[in-house]
Amino acid sequence: MKHRIVVAAAAVIFAVAAATLGAPAAEKLKVGFIGVGPIGDLGWTYQHEVGRQAMQKALGDKVDSTFVENVPEGADAERAIEQLARTGHNLIFTTSFGFMDATIKVAAKYPKVFFEHATGFKRAANVSTYAARFYEGRYIQGQIAAKMSKTGVIGYIVSFPIPEVISGINSTMLGAQSVNPNMKVKIIWVNSWFDPPKEADAAKALIDQGADILTQHTDSPAATEIAEQRGIHSFGQSSDMIKFGPHAQLTANTDYWGGYYTQRAKDVLDGKWKSEDTWGGLDSGMVVMAPYTNMPDDVKQMAMATEAAIRSGTLHPFKCPIVDQDGKTVECKGGSRLDDGQILSMNFYVKGIDDKVPGK
Amino acid sequence: MLVLEAIVLSVIAASTPLLLAASGELVVERSGVLNLGVEGMMIVGAACGFAGAYLSGSTVAGALCGILAGAALAAIFGVLTLGLAVNQVATGLALTILGVGLSGLIGRGFVGEKIVLAAHLYVPFLTDLPVVGRILFGEDAFVYVSVALIVAIWLFLYRTRPGLVLRAVGDNHVSAHALGYPVLKIRMMAVLFGGGCAGLAGAFLPLAYTPFFIPGMTAGRGWIALALVVFASWRPGRLVAGAYLFGAVSILQLHAQALGLGIPPQLMSSLPYLATVIVLVLISRTRGTAGSAAPASLGLVFVPDR
Amino acid sequence: MRLVLERRAERSTTAAIASPLIAIALTLATMTVLFALLGKSPIAALGVYFVDPLTDTYSLEEIAVKATPLVMIAVGLSLCYIANIWNIGAEGQFIMGAVAGSWLAVRTHGTDVGCWLLPAMLLLGALGGALYALIPAICKVRFGASEILTSLMLVYVANFGMDYLVRGPWRDPHGLNFPTTGEFDAAATVPSLIEGSRLHLGSIIALVVVMLATVLLGRTLMGFEIRLIGAAPRAARFSGFDANKLVLITFAVSGALAGLAGIIEVAGPVGHLDPGISSGYGFTAIIVAFLGRLNPLGILVAGLFLALTFIGGENAQILMKIPLDLTRVCQGILLFYVLACDSMIAYRVRLLRTLPRPAHAGA
Repeated sequence: MKHRIVVAAAAVIFAVAAATLGAPAAEKLKVGFIGVGPIGDLGWTYQHEVGRQAMQKALGDKVDSTFVENVPEGADAERAIEQLARTGHNLIFTTSFGFMDATIKVAAKYPKVFFEHATGFKRAANVSTYAARFYEGRYIQGQIAAKMSKTGVIGYIVSFPIPEVISGINSTMLGAQSVNPNMKVKIIWVNSWFDPPKEADAAKALIDQGADILTQHTDSPAATEIAEQRGIHSFGQSSDMIKFGPHAQLTANTDYWGGYYTQRAKDVLDGKWKSEDTWGGLDSGMVVMAPYTNMPDDVKQMAMATEAAIRSGTLHPFKCPIVDQDGKTVECKGGSRLDDGQILSMNFYVKGIDDKVPGK
Repeated sequence: MLVLEAIVLSVIAASTPLLLAASGELVVERSGVLNLGVEGMMIVGAACGFAGAYLSGSTVAGALCGILAGAALAAIFGVLTLGLAVNQVATGLALTILGVGLSGLIGRGFVGEKIVLAAHLYVPFLTDLPVVGRILFGEDAFVYVSVALIVAIWLFLYRTRPGLVLRAVGDNHVSAHALGYPVLKIRMMAVLFGGGCAGLAGAFLPLAYTPFFIPGMTAGRGWIALALVVFASWRPGRLVAGAYLFGAVSILQLHAQALGLGIPPQLMSSLPYLATVIVLVLISRTRGTAGSAAPASLGLVFVPDR
Repeated sequence: MRLVLERRAERSTTAAIASPLIAIALTLATMTVLFALLGKSPIAALGVYFVDPLTDTYSLEEIAVKATPLVMIAVGLSLCYIANIWNIGAEGQFIMGAVAGSWLAVRTHGTDVGCWLLPAMLLLGALGGALYALIPAICKVRFGASEILTSLMLVYVANFGMDYLVRGPWRDPHGLNFPTTGEFDAAATVPSLIEGSRLHLGSIIALVVVMLATVLLGRTLMGFEIRLIGAAPRAARFSGFDANKLVLITFAVSGALAGLAGIIEVAGPVGHLDPGISSGYGFTAIIVAFLGRLNPLGILVAGLFLALTFIGGENAQILMKIPLDLTRVCQGILLFYVLACDSMIAYRVRLLRTLPRPAHAGA
């Protein structure tokens, strides 16, 4: 009899303890991130991690965030996303284009979870898309390049011929042409988002062929490093690469996701989250130009003026008329400038680029 | 700087890690062991090499760390394949996976850091010679070591007695054992040497090429080094030619792109690999249908009977 | 005193049974040490890795989905490896099979073709893989070129080839120029076995493959040839077995299985062709083949086990922030231990008292 009382008492105590200890103090929002590369790529995935940390810092105790890196874009992606959903993450950011279908599939199974897919174009009631208008930064870079280059040739290191990259090349050239109509560009595809030795080789090849300003749409600081070695100038990509090119870097086209991530997490906490398509640029702070360095004051003033003009909307990099490399004028669907759909699916080079778009 | 001179310098830089790694593997395979784990040893060498240089501030320290890391991994391979007579293909592949994983773990703490690149030689007057000056007298230590290494290997294999013994072990380990040579010991030393070379080759990338470490930065060079050894018919002279040829192909395809030649980049990127297959077929053909010029005991398990 | 390796007179059955168990125990012990070094609780980590995925249906299904291509490819590879033929190019054959089958899906996209589409795609996939595997086989047979290197180099070529197709001629016209084909029609998709889950027909096919391989190796003349050529090549030659023919056949079969795995993966869990379809299945399958001791049933178990470590590793990354690199390290270590313990089946280690070595000339 006494034994049973002891057991019952223990059970009660245990239950009470479990209830009080297990009860959540406040509903913490679990936010998950999936990255295609390692956080250590110093580029694309790294910036998303920076954004996550900013969000974590801004919202403190209210969120608990996890970053899953190195998730390949095939069948494994769906599993990784689903695992985040199953383990209580209510807001999930999938940070690469290749996660698009996986995100949609998992979102269909978890209608109460909110998904945000970067650089994609498929949405659902619980799936938003977001991207940054990198081309805005590139226009400014093109202008700077035209002012700073002595040979009139820009060296461009790129990864894969997707529209975002093509529009970046075009925007750079349009910016450059606005200062010097005869600017030329040489393009090398390294078929990878980051491969530092190959990017370094590409940088050297471009310099050897006469380019004296380097820009890139790949993720490592290799090109900046080579520019520093060879005494020429370069633009950083995704992150500020000034550490690798203290005399070389003019500016960098950095992604800043912290503001967006904090806002979206807040929206979920406040119950205000809606499926949207966000394509923010300089004006919303998703594209941030690294400080203008290693250039004379007048070039700096010009860059800042252009930045202000783009931010306020008075200048658009793709203002019509846009003439493609075959000489045809591209149909202008956005009134005075190409519309977003055209930019998102851009598959042609503008006039003045002598190369051919691969795979056409 | 002339364009030609610049291109040659780029080619040399691209070829050096291939030459270093392949030189080591050449010795290993000549002794009759097939170590497919070159990629794993290289990437671990890269991670440890960067860590060593970053923590100590010295390129030499970094290079030593890279060599030791590669050799340590090779030691595991040696114990398994030579000590326990385990299948060499499987062990080599496991080594690659282990090496890639280890390098990621080691390198995690050093992401975003940068070091000072290895210094280049400067000899007054000689280095300033037009065209050949920087190519011959302005390289970094790794390049000179790679050339000296392959020359030393050639001398060792063909002009010394121990080298002859090593080749005998690779060609017929049963006879070599019957003659009283310590087959397993010789092979173990070769394996360790090969590991050190691979580690040094890997360390070259963050120490002399691009001064930071990023996971996966070897990007398959270890596999190309393996192909190079076969491409060279296991002969040092041809190895140098092959390494520079591969380096040249990888650099020239980038130049062809920049020139706007319009060839699909994927085709250009696959050229080194296609070239290897074609050359493999061609060199085997000239030897007749009897087979390749490989050391006859390559890859075979050896357990000495008493 | 020194340690020597000595061949046993007979393969030890105790070692054969104990070996995988000891290997797993050693791996768990090493993993415990590694977790502790990383500052994570070993018990919790091991639980997340090995126990959690077995406790719910979703994870079990995912293990099956992940293991399916691994088992299929590994069974084909084991046929080669038993005969000492080293096909390292399964990854390339996987891709080529995916490409070959996808060609049909892309050609017939949007048109109503009927239920023969999927079987035709699978057949094409197997054919594509087989033909691609015959390239290194012919190089070996006709020219004596090392099949290890030719098959490996062709992996890179296959990757670039598929990349070109997906970015160029086969690119989805409605995909905003992103490098992917359109989603395959329903008729071109591998059906799933349970409503709403990712478990698909491919897993059944994999099981059938395992059974067929067991029969092939154990009960047919071809299986006997394969085993003989691996164990005693000269005896095989004297018996009149043609080694060259066997190279071609084993490469073709393993290529076909890899290609089949490729098209099933693309037409099943993924649903379209894009550059990211393979996360190294062809190479992981090599590990599975060895873990399974080149035996079809062993491969089935090994494939499931390795898939478990993948799923567990992903969970560990999410739940305990353990880096994925650690999973790779553990997989490498597991293979090392398995290989080492397995060697104890055919050999034993003995401690010997060294006898004084007689001096001999030229030493």
